[in-house]
Amino acid sequence: MATSEEIFQKVQEALVEALAVDDDEVTPEATLVGDLGAESIDFLDIVFRLEKSFGISIQKGELFPEDILTNADYVVDGKINEAGLAILKERMPFADLSKFEENPEVQEFATGLTVQDMCNFVENKLNEAA
Amino acid sequence: MRWFWIDRFTEFESGRRATGVKTVSLSEEHIHDFLPATATMPNSLIIEGMAQTAGLLAGEHYGFQESVILAKIGKVQFHARATPGDTLTYRAELTTIDESGARAEITSHIEDRLQAEMEVLFAHADIDREGAGGGLFDERDFAITLRCLGMYDVGRTADGERIKMPHHLAVAEGSVTEA
Repeated sequence: MATSEEIFQKVQEALVEALAVDDDEVTPEATLVGDLGAESIDFLDIVFRLEKSFGISIQKGELFPEDILTNADYVVDGKINEAGLAILKERMPFADLSKFEENPEVQEFATGLTVQDMCNFVENKLNEAA
Repeated sequence: MRWFWIDRFTEFESGRRATGVKTVSLSEEHIHDFLPATATMPNSLIIEGMAQTAGLLAGEHYGFQESVILAKIGKVQFHARATPGDTLTYRAELTTIDESGARAEITSHIEDRLQAEMEVLFAHADIDREGAGGGLFDERDFAITLRCLGMYDVGRTADGERIKMPHHLAVAEGSVTEA
């Protein structure tokens, strides 16, 4: 089972390749969208690289829950409601959603995702597989 | 002008790799429009040819039931110009493919010389559609194009079996009747 350090290094490598950024820009606190300039298509590229790097399978919507963010039951006036937040937390135990909760605008969701969230996601997946 | 930037497949292993060729000709109009003083094939069209080689490989894997969209060119590097009389050999290899998309690495060679190399990402569009074209192009035209490119002459599965045109395209082409 990979250590946290090994997971971070491989995630860092995947992000450097996918986003054409330098090693030292990919810190645990860096946000993928805000700091590293990731766009929506980059998430597909990142998923493919993580799958190959860690030998895991990531289903559509597992990392980035588009189905919740576009569901009228959970989104009202562009914001996620209580029910939506509850489902998000359940689906994404790896992510720190505390900042998003303060202002749960759907458009802002992606901007809060950090490198550390990605590492936690991978660690979660590896634990499930073990 | 038709937007075909490969002329023929010379190898096609379903779901894995394909080789296509593009012959550069002095009679192509864009050769004269691009750099007037020197006949050169634009790199953007070489990119398109490499992408078409890999994109058709990705599309064939799911029987052309999905729309394959060129989503991202991660890296591309050119090492030499392509000029009239050159034959560009594009070799594409799928490094990842699933229902959401595909990644491919493609090279372009002039004889043994590496002319260009590229990494691309395709997304499989999850759209309501009328056939593989998603309403964007005619299925009969597409089927005829695949025949012209020799996909079903050289195409093989990993086990060496000949690949066949998917039923819905063969119906559109007119080579089979609707079941």
